[in-house]
Amino acid sequence: MEELCNRLAVDLDGSFEEFVVVVRDDLHSGLRRLHGADGEDLAQETLIRAYRALSSYEPDRIRELRLRPWIWTIALNLGRNWIRDRARRPRAVALDDEYGSEDPDPPDTAAWDARLARLGVTQRRAVVLRHVIDLSYAEIAEVTGRPEGTVKADVSRGLARLRTIMEEEEQ
Amino acid sequence: MTLEEQLRGLRGSAPRHVTTETLLGTGHIDGYAVFESPVGPVAVSFNPAGVSAVDLADDESETRFAERFGRRMVPARTPQGWNAKIGRAIERGAPADLPVDFRSVTPFRRSVLEITASIPRGQVRSYGWLARQVGNDGAVRAVGSTMASNPVPLIVPCHRVVRTDGAIGNYSLGGPHIKRALLAHEGTDPMWLESLAQRGVRYVGSATTQIVCHPTCAHARRITDRHRVEFHSLEVAATAGFRPCEMCRP
Repeated sequence: MEELCNRLAVDLDGSFEEFVVVVRDDLHSGLRRLHGADGEDLAQETLIRAYRALSSYEPDRIRELRLRPWIWTIALNLGRNWIRDRARRPRAVALDDEYGSEDPDPPDTAAWDARLARLGVTQRRAVVLRHVIDLSYAEIAEVTGRPEGTVKADVSRGLARLRTIMEEEEQ
Repeated sequence: MTLEEQLRGLRGSAPRHVTTETLLGTGHIDGYAVFESPVGPVAVSFNPAGVSAVDLADDESETRFAERFGRRMVPARTPQGWNAKIGRAIERGAPADLPVDFRSVTPFRRSVLEITASIPRGQVRSYGWLARQVGNDGAVRAVGSTMASNPVPLIVPCHRVVRTDGAIGNYSLGGPHIKRALLAHEGTDPMWLESLAQRGVRYVGSATTQIVCHPTCAHARRITDRHRVEFHSLEVAATAGFRPCEMCRP
């Protein structure tokens, strides 16, 4: 990640696609869990905003970025009011040969999304960022603006709730 | 499997079009869509800055775009509202409210192309006229090469620019016969243009108004045969007491 920051600082346009490849899976998986089908649009919009932000930063600031918490700060902000400028960008046509049979979602995802949907927003966000995306508690605290101890409690309550939901399913 | 392990399993890979749409949104790649035009199907490329290229739509369109602009183009949906704007721009042969991405051309060429975009449908101007309009009478060759490398033919109507001697001249989007067909499609008979050129007629004036025009100017076309005066040069017209038309600015 540090190496990537250096490359972004030196040649943003030349290394931006690499940046996209590095962060897109996290972003897409996380935002799909948090916002359902809209997660895809949100992931794209987050990346586009990240590019605009990087274009405006001095190279030194880019070098010092911690990319994962930084990109998730953008993503969560955007998630709060994502509807606003959805329709502006050119949209790729879904061509059969390129995207047709591709379904990147792991199996059983729908069931998990249904379970996660039963959690409150704060717990769901904490669980997804900690256990799907693998951010640290400190990073989640930074990204959500909540104290680390509170984040830990959010995660553990969220997990407990998920266990209860799964037990209910088995009965 | 523990609950935590199952949650980790929800992390999948993003579909490829997430990358594609992101790079379209940042302008690192262009999208394109195929439109009908008087010269057949054309690939119209676009990015957030505007329409970046118009080229004949065939198997090599994407390759030619990449070679020329140094970035990829992929089939994409046009931004909202642009389909109608692009269709109109092609039909009228003028960008109007359609944004054009001129970043691939030099400032000089951009100003030449912007003046070209103001030539009305059904009219023609010469390379020499364009050179004078950009304030550089000697830049006729540079104007010629600007026309040859126009990134958005049809929309910036370089087919309405002919050689200073009146001959129709070449056309980047398929050659001279396409240019002739386009002019005819817009109601300008290329044979008539050539016959004027052969007779050395460069300007036409009205004996009633004492105004001199380009032969294809809408005002010139209204002059009746009885009042119609033909000129080889503006100097001759000026000596005869004619003043230049303010619309076609000869």
